[in-house]
Amino acid sequence: MSINNNSEFKPKIVAFCCNWCSYAGADLAGSSRLTYPADVKIIRVPCSCRVNPMFILRAFEKGADGVILCGCHPGDCHYTSGNFYARRRMTLLFSMLDYIGVENGRTRVEWVSAAEGVKFSATMNSFVEKIYSLGKNVRLEDLRCKN
Amino acid sequence: MQELITRAKELLADGTVARVLGWKAGDLEYNPQPAFFTNEKELEEFVYNGFCGANLSKYMIEASKLEGKTLICLKPCDSYSFQQLMKEHRIDREKAYIIGVGCKGKLDIDRIKANGLKGVTGVTGAELTDDCEELCVTTLYGDKKIPYADGMLERCSVCKGKEHMICDEQIGESKDTKTGERFAKVAAVEEMSSAEKFAFFQKELSKCIRCNACRNVCPACSCRKCVFDSTKFDSAQKANVDSFEEKMFHIIRAFHVAGRCTDCGECSRVCPQGIPLHLFNRKFIKDINELYGEYQAGADIEAKAPLTSYVFEDVEPSVVAERSKS
Amino acid sequence: MKKIAKEALPMLYKKIAEAKELIIPVKVCGQTNYKVWTEDAEVDLDTLKTVKSAKDAFFPQSETLYTVKKEDKKLHIEPEALKNQEFVVFGMKACDVQGVAVLDKVFLVDPVDSFYAARREHGIIVSMACHEPEETCFCKAFGLDAAAPAGDVVTWMVGDELYWNPVTKKGEDLTAMVAELLTDADEKAVEAEKESIKKIVEKLPYSNLSLEGWNGSVLDEKFNSPIWETLFKPCLACGTCTFVCPTCQCYDIKDYDTGHGVQRYRCWDSCMYSDFTMMAHGNNRNSQMQRFRQRFMHKLVYFPANNDGMYSCVGCGRCVEKCPSSLNIVKVIKAFEKKEEK
Repeated sequence: MSINNNSEFKPKIVAFCCNWCSYAGADLAGSSRLTYPADVKIIRVPCSCRVNPMFILRAFEKGADGVILCGCHPGDCHYTSGNFYARRRMTLLFSMLDYIGVENGRTRVEWVSAAEGVKFSATMNSFVEKIYSLGKNVRLEDLRCKN
Repeated sequence: MQELITRAKELLADGTVARVLGWKAGDLEYNPQPAFFTNEKELEEFVYNGFCGANLSKYMIEASKLEGKTLICLKPCDSYSFQQLMKEHRIDREKAYIIGVGCKGKLDIDRIKANGLKGVTGVTGAELTDDCEELCVTTLYGDKKIPYADGMLERCSVCKGKEHMICDEQIGESKDTKTGERFAKVAAVEEMSSAEKFAFFQKELSKCIRCNACRNVCPACSCRKCVFDSTKFDSAQKANVDSFEEKMFHIIRAFHVAGRCTDCGECSRVCPQGIPLHLFNRKFIKDINELYGEYQAGADIEAKAPLTSYVFEDVEPSVVAERSKS
Repeated sequence: MKKIAKEALPMLYKKIAEAKELIIPVKVCGQTNYKVWTEDAEVDLDTLKTVKSAKDAFFPQSETLYTVKKEDKKLHIEPEALKNQEFVVFGMKACDVQGVAVLDKVFLVDPVDSFYAARREHGIIVSMACHEPEETCFCKAFGLDAAAPAGDVVTWMVGDELYWNPVTKKGEDLTAMVAELLTDADEKAVEAEKESIKKIVEKLPYSNLSLEGWNGSVLDEKFNSPIWETLFKPCLACGTCTFVCPTCQCYDIKDYDTGHGVQRYRCWDSCMYSDFTMMAHGNNRNSQMQRFRQRFMHKLVYFPANNDGMYSCVGCGRCVEKCPSSLNIVKVIKAFEKKEEK
């Protein structure tokens, strides 16, 4: 997958990955020598439902251009139901962000299991590509963090 | 109103209640304030008219800790908040004696003044016994008659209905005030382009002075310590130094009450800068209704709240991009 | 005395703004507040009271004090520059101008607040008489004259003309700068306007509000009054009254972590908040009754006790308009009046 890299723009992308599935998926991607852009910074969380809306907004505040949340597939949550709650919360939050005019491509949720190294790599590649196409996040940032 | 006072006196006298939570006449025609009354003499100042917009349910949190029962006057829309607070175990039903009071739509002095009126010294036609069709406004610069509906709070024009969700007895008549669709404005914003939406909210929110009135008046915001007040948390900023903070505060506040907000409209009523804060809450309510099924917070004490329940077949967050019109 | 036609005012704004920053009531989304003038701003001089007072111009809601930056292992501290350019605040009413006089008592006494002092030094106040005072006004109780405010230049809007009277050196200089737009005028129209304003002021519902019994020497009596216990009950503990007030001057100092440094800023605080003056041991005032009492005792008792009887309320009536629970300083004053009668 090629990424149009002719601009100065180097996006910052935060990926919240659940400890039990997606983080292990990232690990598998690494040990399988699959690549994904270095723009993605992974933050490991115990469960996708650990991510509260403030985490997402805080990431944007500090200069993230895109935020992606990865968790276990619905039904596979290590804690039985955490990702179900996360799913509703994130749906509502993303809808609200879209509503106040933040481009909806900047946020995404993907379910990645521990066996899906390929999916992890592909997801990150496509998300990064999307962020490149959207460009810099200027609608949800704190200017004080810039200089 | 007299019937209400008489009944309150009776209940105080026979010891059913230890105090009355209602509204006390102000020093101007339009500024009654929430108040506790403990005896007959104090009740002389009791008032209930079109300007009693304040939702008293939240005061019941404190009143629940007091000795004896409190007689609380609830308008139909306030009764949703009361029941929601009960559901969250923030107030004690046993400590309340609820009189459901009638409502013919509540007034907003700012909207009355928006009819080109300055120096308002008197308003008649706002008593519950009036037919509430027309207001006579006396000002220092001349008098004017305006239709009652033109002075009404926004929330009354999209009223949820005049039925009390919970009460021990009912006093006073109500009148239907609904003239508009509750989600019309939200739908209109959804139709805008991304840039227009952003410009719209940026402009509205730029007025926010972070006085926290919306939060403190909100019956759903009943946390003992708000996340925005905690000194252990670096979001405890007291001013919107950067425009990001306006968004952070209002999005998070609306999110924290999502699924619990009854749409009582108090946030918009109290905002000193007239920010239409209900647009945030109603967006969540609209999304919940559309994605997870119709839900009205405070209407049903047994119903499962939308954000603390789920089904396997719930839509994926990618639905946002599919539904988005921008 | 000079004058300028109302329709020529945009030219006046432009002329001033070419040389200095112009801060003026501007309407945004239906609400009027003081803002820096720009060509496309919707100037609104007709609204009597801006939501927030003009206090921001001299004591902004938030201002950075200094910035700390981390470079390698060194810290660089950059203090914020003081205001060094002149600016004009246009349209301040008598109450707001007096509000600045109250702030002066706080910030210009030793130790002088350099940020505030710099703004005061460079600020030029163009005040404006209240053409149509409103029912929430009670500046008369504090000895103010809505028809003749203080300021560097005093103006009156009479019909389609703005009358312009410079009273200080700063005001004279500003007048000289915009002289080409002004024409000479006599005082007749202004005198008539003053009379009519005075007549209206007499008719205001709060025109007879009496401050008797409120001064620096009644501390114990007022502080220990049982009235506070019932009076504070409707208070929601929000900061609306504080933030719209032209004289509230309490602030907090906070640090913002930018990820690569720290911005230290100060911002308005409210004595109504539970974390106001929070210290390691906890809080001085731990009930809302105490916090509520503090606000009014400060305005009507502590402040006059320390400032030769000057109250730190100017009667602008913004809290009367804006309090979500319709609670305000007038009701407090009246509650004590009533109790003492009995």
